[in-house]
Amino acid sequence: MGAGHGHRLHFHGHSPVHRAPAHVKLLVLLGFVLTVVATPREWYAAYAVFLVVLLGVIAVARVPYGYLAKRMVVEVPFVVFAVLMPFVATGPRTEVLGVSVSEAGLLAAWALLAKGTLGVLASLTLAATTEPTAVLAGLQRLRMPELLVQIMGFMIRYLDVVTSEMGRMMTSMRSRGCEPRSPRHWPALARSLGALFIRSYERGERVHLAMVSRGYTGRLPEAVRTTGESA
Amino acid sequence: MTTPVLDVHGLAYAYPDGHQALFGVDLHVHRGERVALLGPNGAGKTTLVLHLNGILTGGAGSVAVSGLPVTKANLQEIRRRVGIVFQDPDDQLFMASVRQDVAFGPANLGLRGAELDRRVMAALDRVGMADFADRPPHHLSFGQRRRVAVATVLAMEPEILVLDEPSSNLDPASRRELADILRSLDVTVLMVTHDLPYALELCPRSVVLSGGAVVADGPTYDVLTDDELMRANRLELPFGFDPRTTRLAPPTG
Repeated sequence: MGAGHGHRLHFHGHSPVHRAPAHVKLLVLLGFVLTVVATPREWYAAYAVFLVVLLGVIAVARVPYGYLAKRMVVEVPFVVFAVLMPFVATGPRTEVLGVSVSEAGLLAAWALLAKGTLGVLASLTLAATTEPTAVLAGLQRLRMPELLVQIMGFMIRYLDVVTSEMGRMMTSMRSRGCEPRSPRHWPALARSLGALFIRSYERGERVHLAMVSRGYTGRLPEAVRTTGESA
Repeated sequence: MTTPVLDVHGLAYAYPDGHQALFGVDLHVHRGERVALLGPNGAGKTTLVLHLNGILTGGAGSVAVSGLPVTKANLQEIRRRVGIVFQDPDDQLFMASVRQDVAFGPANLGLRGAELDRRVMAALDRVGMADFADRPPHHLSFGQRRRVAVATVLAMEPEILVLDEPSSNLDPASRRELADILRSLDVTVLMVTHDLPYALELCPRSVVLSGGAVVADGPTYDVLTDDELMRANRLELPFGFDPRTTRLAPPTG
């Protein structure tokens, strides 16, 4: 299927991990995350095993570690929260590098950090080895409600359209001497985001119009999704 | 006289907010014709187009497509017969791949399997986009997306192709390529456009809609060279373009 085209999370390749059916990968990811979450936080060795397994899968997939590391930034808010925990939690205290921190907080921070990192890394691996459309097809096969799959499909399709629309609005703001990053111009930024919302809403109506014009009756025909699969 | 492909009779329509857009429009288009629908912004062109496949109804007058009246009961068949290509291809292409987008219409008509695949590839062939069947639409150029949008409608084998501003936002080469494609199609065409040279190039006949009524209907050359009519309806030829001195491509179709 499709050649390498730049979805920001997808890393093009032909490894066994890339080729595995999407629904299998989704189930494996779900199982892995549930296992990680259910593992008691004092079983430090188990976490090491999880990490080794995950890194092994990534190695087989031949996705560069650096590629995933850069995308790990989504975890930053959780990291900040985890780092704060030893300082704000109560209970018996202990010394780490000369700083007094809460013992329970330290343990909670470790659990949050370990489980979060493993979960994010595993999800990124799925995203890097599976095309967004394949993820959708996988969800479909796993009997995810049709409506939700359709909504996610539209999201993937129009993410780029809306993002580039926003980019053009930002450019035009900058061209008129407004710097969207500066707090002084946040009111203008908020108004343009509101305009973006209205525009997207109107686009939704036009898309629906175009669908109805081609005989849409509220259900996406099964044949549309499977077309070309036999070919 | 044969039944016209498109038979609009006394069509009037007011939007729910009270704004009246159409005041008794009469329009007949016969098989194989290519007709340009001209008119200034706000003339009611889009309102008229939305009546052709029953998106808007409820005003006075009637619309029939090859003898079949546009009514609730006939909507599915009407929408097969009238293929509308909207102005922004991003509105028309919403699936994950070109192939799926083109399959959407015929699949809604109940086509399946090999017959569906055949329709899809035939439509893509006619617009020269068969090699792009498995690409996601948002990775195509604007001109390519417009051509795929035409294919999504051709796949339903419509009796009349309605194009809303087909040449807008196209670079000159894409604009010419689309003209070649439209000329090569053996289908009745109604083309809403502000691009008067394009109308002259492609459509032997033009209809001018202004203030919600048809104010002129005749050979495109005659319409474009009627200075008084043009001025009265806010129609202007682009700088440097004069139909009287333009050598026309030999008429086809």
